[in-house]
Amino acid sequence: MAYFYTKDHEWARLEGQNAFCGISVYAVEQLGDVVYVELPEIGRSVKAGEAMAVVESAKAASDVYAPLSGTVIAVNTALAGKPELVNESAEGEGWFVQIQASDPAEQNALMDSDAYQALVKGL
Amino acid sequence: MSESLSHPSLSGNRGLLQAEGLIFETGSPTRTGVDLPAPKGHKDRLGGLGRRAPLDLPGLSEPETMRHYVRLSQRNYAIDLGLFPLGSCTMKHNPRLNERVARFEGFADLHPLQPIATVQGALELMDELAHWLMELTGMPAVALSPKAGAHGEFCGMLAIKAALAARGEAHSRTRVLVPSSAHGTNPATAIAAGFIVEEVPGSADGRVDLEAFRAKLGPDVAALMLTNPNTCGLFERDVKTIADLVHGAGGFFYCDGANYNAIVGLVRPGDLGVDAMHINLHKTFSTPHGGGGPGAGPTVLSAALAPFAPVPHIVQRSEGRVLVEHQEGTSAYGRLCAFHGQMGMFTRALAYMLSHGADGLRQVAEDAVLNANYLLARLKPHFNAPFAGPAGTHWPCMHEALFDDSTLRAAGVETIDLAKALLDEGYHPFTTYFPLVVHGAMLIEPTETEPKRELDRFCEVMIALGERANADPAALKAAPLLAPVRRLDETRAARTPVLRWRKPADA
Repeated sequence: MAYFYTKDHEWARLEGQNAFCGISVYAVEQLGDVVYVELPEIGRSVKAGEAMAVVESAKAASDVYAPLSGTVIAVNTALAGKPELVNESAEGEGWFVQIQASDPAEQNALMDSDAYQALVKGL
Repeated sequence: MSESLSHPSLSGNRGLLQAEGLIFETGSPTRTGVDLPAPKGHKDRLGGLGRRAPLDLPGLSEPETMRHYVRLSQRNYAIDLGLFPLGSCTMKHNPRLNERVARFEGFADLHPLQPIATVQGALELMDELAHWLMELTGMPAVALSPKAGAHGEFCGMLAIKAALAARGEAHSRTRVLVPSSAHGTNPATAIAAGFIVEEVPGSADGRVDLEAFRAKLGPDVAALMLTNPNTCGLFERDVKTIADLVHGAGGFFYCDGANYNAIVGLVRPGDLGVDAMHINLHKTFSTPHGGGGPGAGPTVLSAALAPFAPVPHIVQRSEGRVLVEHQEGTSAYGRLCAFHGQMGMFTRALAYMLSHGADGLRQVAEDAVLNANYLLARLKPHFNAPFAGPAGTHWPCMHEALFDDSTLRAAGVETIDLAKALLDEGYHPFTTYFPLVVHGAMLIEPTETEPKRELDRFCEVMIALGERANADPAALKAAPLLAPVRRLDETRAARTPVLRWRKPADA
């Protein structure tokens, strides 16, 4: 399944209209141990680039931006008790939210995996 | 190795430094500091209701209690012990004269509700302090009541909100722009005041990206919150253009004054177009971190915001000074707190101002900047200073010098390891991982009160630790060896915090 990335290190994985979203492996490496994740309310509509969640590590708290516009239809409630899922599986079980994308074509503005890896190498 | 080194004694004490547990663990319900006779002729007025379980308070004798707190205090680090280079905190020496004045009974023993006629001296002192703050900042009004920096921010943002409401723009101007290098309290304050925060990216030289800022302006912008000098220790050289732009767009300019120490007596924020700025009395005018007690964050206001300043106002009348709740021609948004501010901080700050004088305050700023630049120049050949220019040059900083851990990372050492190693050397570490715009930031603010000898000693330790990091990274990873406790599991502490003691049976 194809992953798309933002320059702020969020990822989105589209399954039809629905996109799983989270933060990239690189972002997690930079943050260190994640200790808390604040997730949006289900039903909230978000615009691409809007702050929708907060991730906190021992080092810093950072906003997480919506990679795509749409409605939040699910959040990963497992993160409340086990924030370490983000460290263990950033781009899998450590997903943050599921967004029903209002305009799936927005993904064309995101980077594919190769382009993102090239960006990370340059950092 | 680690445990035997950390507790080499049989007793658990380290030399003359006593080991000490929690007061609940040392106490016993059978002991007490005071023997009170059982009450005689006591009449039950509670309808026979009484406590069935023990109170679970620790019981200690008076000498045990005394020793408990003295032992704990010996594990503390203090500005009176040594250099406290905590960036963005201005941990300067606290002159003893201030302490003496703050303890004068006419100031220290006041009750906030006692008759106004009996507190004329205190009101005069507050008036005098307000005069100094307005004069130094070039601003026409000041609200004295905020109790800390972030409370001062809140005071200013509420004034902005009230001014917008008076213009009929409370609902249309909702966005507050905050640069990426801001103090974390800035976005938090804007949110608490009911605004939406939008981040302004920084430029490659550590300042606000002017073009990005311009692009974010619009008819829905309520204010900009800018720290100047900023948290990279740099003066925002485009500050006047920035002020003109935000005013041109119909918004207000909030300036975070946490770093005012670098410019006090040199720059008047009013001349830069600032509409509101809090002043951390407990940084700039000594008593760092409020001396463990409350701080004070008076907020100076421009002519546009002055009518909305919170009450009470001190007004001179024929019968003396009075505290006024309603004043003709003003539209105060209300009270910020129950009483009138932190008297103890007002006395200390005014004592500091009067003992330094206007020329002395200017020298405070000049020496603070000089000390930071000396540190920057001495450490730059050994650590990466992201905004100090190429090797061989010196792009000056203001009151604090910013480095990162990029020269250590190849050896697997990062900022936290160097900070922990500093503990073994007898120093409170610098500010770590802040500002967020620099990866692995180390923010060092020496303040003006450190002599050159002390700065040299600190620099030599830093340089030696930097060399050790590359030669023997394991040594830094193992630090601290000599602190009361070794490296703490910060991740576990944050994920599963234990916030209170519980009796073993309840745990």
